Amino acid sequence: MALPLERTCPATGLKLFGVAETLVRWNAVAAVVFLLLGFLWVIPTTLNRVLGPEVVPPNLYYQATFLHGWNMLIFWILFFEVALLYFAASAILKTPLALPQLAWGGFGLMLGGAVLINYLGMAQPLSFLPFTPYVPLKAPSLFYLAVLLFAVGAILAVLVFFLTLHRAWKTKAYGPSMPLAAFGALTAAILATSTLLSGAIAFIPAFLWSLGLLPSLDPLWWRHTYWGFGHGAQQVNLAAMVTAWYLLALFTVGGTTPSERLSRIAFLLYLLGINLGSAHHLLTEPTGALSSAWTWVNTGYLIHVAVLGSLIHAFSVPAAIERGLRIKGFSQGLFTWLLRAPWGNPGFSALFLSVLLFGLLGGVSGVTMGSYDMNLKWHNTLAVVGHFKGTVVVGTSLAFMGLTYYLLPLLFRRKVVLPRLAAWQPWLFGLGMALLSLAMMRLGVVYGLPRRFGDTFQFGGSPFGFAYPPEASTLLVAMGVGGALSLAGGLLFVLLVVGSLLWGKRLSDEEIRLTYAVRSEEGSVTPKGVYLLALLFLAFFLLYYLYNHYFLSQAWPIGVR
Amino acid sequence: MALYPPKDWHNEPVTPEERTWLTLAALFAIVFLSAFMGIWHLTGRQTTHGEAYRVDPQAYRQKVLEFTEQHRVGELNGIPVVAPPPGDIYLMAQAFSWYPVLKLEEGETYRLHVGSVDFPHGFSLYPHEWSLQLYPGYEWVYTFKPTEAGEYTLVCNDYCGLGHHTMLGRILVEKSRR
Repeated sequence: MALPLERTCPATGLKLFGVAETLVRWNAVAAVVFLLLGFLWVIPTTLNRVLGPEVVPPNLYYQATFLHGWNMLIFWILFFEVALLYFAASAILKTPLALPQLAWGGFGLMLGGAVLINYLGMAQPLSFLPFTPYVPLKAPSLFYLAVLLFAVGAILAVLVFFLTLHRAWKTKAYGPSMPLAAFGALTAAILATSTLLSGAIAFIPAFLWSLGLLPSLDPLWWRHTYWGFGHGAQQVNLAAMVTAWYLLALFTVGGTTPSERLSRIAFLLYLLGINLGSAHHLLTEPTGALSSAWTWVNTGYLIHVAVLGSLIHAFSVPAAIERGLRIKGFSQGLFTWLLRAPWGNPGFSALFLSVLLFGLLGGVSGVTMGSYDMNLKWHNTLAVVGHFKGTVVVGTSLAFMGLTYYLLPLLFRRKVVLPRLAAWQPWLFGLGMALLSLAMMRLGVVYGLPRRFGDTFQFGGSPFGFAYPPEASTLLVAMGVGGALSLAGGLLFVLLVVGSLLWGKRLSDEEIRLTYAVRSEEGSVTPKGVYLLALLFLAFFLLYYLYNHYFLSQAWPIGVR
Repeated sequence: MALYPPKDWHNEPVTPEERTWLTLAALFAIVFLSAFMGIWHLTGRQTTHGEAYRVDPQAYRQKVLEFTEQHRVGELNGIPVVAPPPGDIYLMAQAFSWYPVLKLEEGETYRLHVGSVDFPHGFSLYPHEWSLQLYPGYEWVYTFKPTEAGEYTLVCNDYCGLGHHTMLGRILVEKSRR
């Protein structure tokens, strides 16, 4: 068999193999298309929240929430992650993709599942369930089938990744040790395997039950199994996002991690503990429902092993940026490097905002709400949504957007159009989303506004209606402004990507080499600035955690022994 | 090309800053978080410590109806109001209402039995106190104490069908008579 066509990227030195490159492209394009759908479906939900059900009726709100959730949390992110896996296994490991037919089959199944879910959500809007389709709520059988198709497709993609990795390992195509980015991708792929298996264990019986082949399913069992998929999927995102961070630190400022060893250990810690984060969804049941020991071990001890992993990355990634910039010569004082950073480069600003906002908003809130008893305040409120806007959206999505600015010239050989607008895009999206996330977290924790609620103020005319305190309306306005800004930033991203693909200037090898030179800065420096910032971050984390528990202590006593 | 690790990365020393950070991060994550969480769960006054039982939804409904008949003192918007003495009290969630209206006394301790008889529901109490997850087939029992008199609203905060946003209930808390 002839080896696939290959070329060497003039800027990065990466080896691009024909089939792998095409698959990366198709997956990335599919990701952006579903991202666009996700953006469009968020318009009704935001309008319903901010302007009320006279403008957007509850049924449309529920339909839009369903489609927004699936398109964003699953389709946009997973297609992009598959692209990232193939890129890591093939280009970074300099190995042609194993079993490309299987990869195409996986792509077809994923696409089929995603299209079917979008079709069903539009064709039968009243029979649809939110992103958490807990039994005994029942969706049409085709829905469960579509989820399974998508999951099987994703499993095939992960399998191709593992096989390619094995091939690269056997031939040692990448040199003596596997690069950090591939190591991160491997972490994500292992987490994805357990996630997708949990998904299959939950959705296969649900499919059979919806067909009438199983009489009933235990709701407690189903919900717990579902979360192995629903939350595990977000841990895959975490590992993929951190991988994207390390890549972007290198691509944008030539920064490398201060310690390969620590960064790798941090990924290992993710493998050990992170999927237990799912357990936080199970903390609003009394300890009698799950054994107390089970809960303690999972959410009290093992998950903190993964938190340690995150804290290591929280130092290493910014330190990589500081190192790159200091070695470039911006070495005066504590923060000159940060002031002189390439702020006009959307890849860099996306990286910066992703790291900063993920840490302050998503990470800290996630650990806090994952603590044993905090869910009494957070569970099913808008705060949960605020938390994952702070993780999956300003963290993962923004990091993937930043990486896209590098994939366009690398894979499509196109120059990004409208560079001025591109420079603004991450700020618009990131800061808008940060405002939205903050407003949601406060509305949820302090006022308890529920998530997935089609009529927050009139309650559909229920005789027991009541009014949230007037302060809540200011926060709702903030939510609306943040949502509108980030939506503008998101649509701008889609416009820039599509525009670059269609009208972007074709780049010659020489131009790619000059414009997108990726080389690591050689030398050694101490990341003093990041050291100080990291200490401040830890202090903030501690105060936030304690404050949340103080707030909990103000509630009616419950569960007292 | 730094996509690929330096040759002897296994032997590279970890800088003093990173070592300090690693120590602080480990102390914070593994010692502080775990210890704080455990101490709160054992000694805190707001915890998820409670009992759980498997029940047949119809049997649970029957139990709630009997409890309601026994302590009924009136009616509010078509839903019976009950004024039970401190101790075991029952509440049922069903699409799209809460049954019955509970009339409680400030500062007393109750054992709240709560369960759904049809779909998943979210128990959340306003002004915002706490929120719990319910699903059919299971009955939770929580000890709790209302600390301030007033009218409280129960809002279902987990999607339970197209009428989900109309699912409201009431808990009335009266000033202590003691």
